[in-house]
Amino acid sequence: MTGFPAKIGSRAVLERRNLQKLFDVLSTQGYRIIGPTVRDGVIAYGELSSVDDLPAGWTDEQEGAFYRLKKGEGNALFHYGTGPDSLKRFLYPPLVRLWKARREDSGFRIVEENDEPPKYAFIGVHPCDLHAVAIQDKVLMTGEYADPFYALRRRKVFVVAVNCVKAGGTCFCVSMKTGPKATAGFDLALTEILEEERHYLVAEIGSEAGASVLREIPHKEASASEQAAAEEAVAEAARRMGRVLDITGIRDLLYENLEHPFWDEAAHRCLTCGNCTMVCPTCFCTTVEDVTDLSGEVAARLRRWDSCFTGEFTYIHGGSVRASARSRYRQWLVHKLAAWLDQFGTLGCVGCGRCITWCPVGIDITAVARALREKKAAGLPAPAGTPEKQGDRHEHACR
Amino acid sequence: MGEKHKPKLAVWKFGSCAGCQLALLNLEDELLEIAGAVEIAYFLEASRAAVKGPYDLSLAEGSITTPHDAERIREVRRTSRYLVAIGACATGGGIQALRNFADADDFVRTVYATPKYIETLAESMPVSDHVHVDFELRGCPVNGRQLLELTSAFLHGRRPNIPTYSLCIECKQRQIPCVMVSKGTACLGPVTQAGCGALCPAHNRGCYGCFGPMETPNPEALSEQWKRLGLRDEEIVRAYRGFTAAAEAFKKESEAREKQAIQS
Ligand code: SF4
Ligand code: SF4
Ligand code: SF4
Ligand code: SF4
Repeated sequence: MTGFPAKIGSRAVLERRNLQKLFDVLSTQGYRIIGPTVRDGVIAYGELSSVDDLPAGWTDEQEGAFYRLKKGEGNALFHYGTGPDSLKRFLYPPLVRLWKARREDSGFRIVEENDEPPKYAFIGVHPCDLHAVAIQDKVLMTGEYADPFYALRRRKVFVVAVNCVKAGGTCFCVSMKTGPKATAGFDLALTEILEEERHYLVAEIGSEAGASVLREIPHKEASASEQAAAEEAVAEAARRMGRVLDITGIRDLLYENLEHPFWDEAAHRCLTCGNCTMVCPTCFCTTVEDVTDLSGEVAARLRRWDSCFTGEFTYIHGGSVRASARSRYRQWLVHKLAAWLDQFGTLGCVGCGRCITWCPVGIDITAVARALREKKAAGLPAPAGTPEKQGDRHEHACR
Repeated sequence: MGEKHKPKLAVWKFGSCAGCQLALLNLEDELLEIAGAVEIAYFLEASRAAVKGPYDLSLAEGSITTPHDAERIREVRRTSRYLVAIGACATGGGIQALRNFADADDFVRTVYATPKYIETLAESMPVSDHVHVDFELRGCPVNGRQLLELTSAFLHGRRPNIPTYSLCIECKQRQIPCVMVSKGTACLGPVTQAGCGALCPAHNRGCYGCFGPMETPNPEALSEQWKRLGLRDEEIVRAYRGFTAAAEAFKKESEAREKQAIQS
């Protein structure tokens, strides 16, 4: 458009009024566009038909067990924190039919699932969620047990990231080194700037696909001052991080404190409701269900999201390996913040804060490191009424 | 399966509103298929013809509230290979279990002109309090999809997929924004068993707990959160004394809160 070479790493500027063009280009290319939108009192991912579906002028306030939709600054489009859902909803859906079988004269025939999943373009993805996708890629697309259903969806994705200029009350991406600026895993990354007379977006190009989409949208090269404005906006978000989780030596800290009284305190409050694992963008545990219809002519195997907070999850003959809330909560955290490192070479947490916001009682993952670091907690007694510990055998990591 | 003996199904009613039997009749699309797969031997709400036992599968609706009920459920158990308690009354005492928290004789004297005609037990209790049950299907009323799943599983000798975890897991899978977190509405979902598909949160209401306690309920912690949301102990007592007031975990919590309410 202006002789500006749109190539990986370069930065362009889009005016807000031209943003609809991004939607047009992506729809023409056959993408189903998913992005933030106001729905039932929250800003959540949903299907978008135009730029008008974005949450213009809305933001949110988040704390432990607290989320409120609020009027935000001007007509900002991307001033929201993470919503209850991440890309996991789309790339690793809560319910997938793995196969179907039909009864035949002498046995049965497997009917393969070969529905083509949609081709998704995600708009407005926060940096922490990009990291979560990278982690799920590692878990679900590599090694002996790679998941073809995930890979099929994942390979077609186009990502428009949004650098955070407003950190949420439960965010701690700075601690986890996952934000507030996107560094990889996007086709385009936008930083939104609202000035008195002007509303524009600085777009960093992350891939060839991103460059070619950008070429179709009116843009120009970002000037030094526009780039500086973008950098400053993101730096401001980093300074306003809602929470901190000190991860120095976190793996050993957890492994060495499996009997710390903190686990009893957390268990006393934990509802074993599983909300934390449902909203976590990296949690990947599922269960399989075999179903038949009434006639017994058709059977199917379904895969459904499961949680380490349920009893069935570790049920073997004779009962659940992890019977108490204490052992389930501890398993979750020790897996996320220690065993993942051994298993996958990465922590299982990206600091998105969802598990804090959506825990109905506001249990805070960042509290664990603080509590364990406090010298053996001056002999805090285990609170009365702690669920029984018998029946809990040992912790083991999933997958 | 043509020549195989068709399993005999019986549906029994105890202290209840008949809503769960209606949930079975409401399975319009599948009812004919069910009728084809089993012999409906006893189901007074659907047909007056009654075939004698023994029965392969008995579904019992309603709580046990009279000496006659108590006798009848023992007979049902004796003549049934599998006995499944269906609904909040049969599995949690039902709304009528509210009398367990007061003196039933007082009610009888107040309500009936001739109290001596009334013969009742002091408490309305789940079926499992009187006889062994093979399975419990929760809900007020039971969920049609779960009823169908149970029937298919029974017919084909497989394990039914009826989770015992919290309602929240279903709620989140259905992409419903939590009403407690996003609106401050008290919801019993975290202590309630899944199964209804998070019906109430989907309509912007908190769950009333009609599926009864989930597998590892922690009502005490939930009550503490409700207090932070501004509820009084009296209101918490009422919430736990709903459709499944006699279920152990809910009963205990309502009694504990009642004590608190009196003290404060
Ligand atoms: S553990 Fe909590 S903060 Fe970490 S990624 Fe999962 S939901 Fe986000
Ligand atoms: S930590 Fe919170 S969200 Fe997770 S299971 Fe416990 S109470 Fe539920
Ligand atoms: S609305 Fe109720 S059932 Fe749904 S997640 Fe929140 S507390 Fe759980
Ligand atoms: S949400 Fe709760 S009260 Fe409503 S139908 Fe489901 S279990 Fe019953």
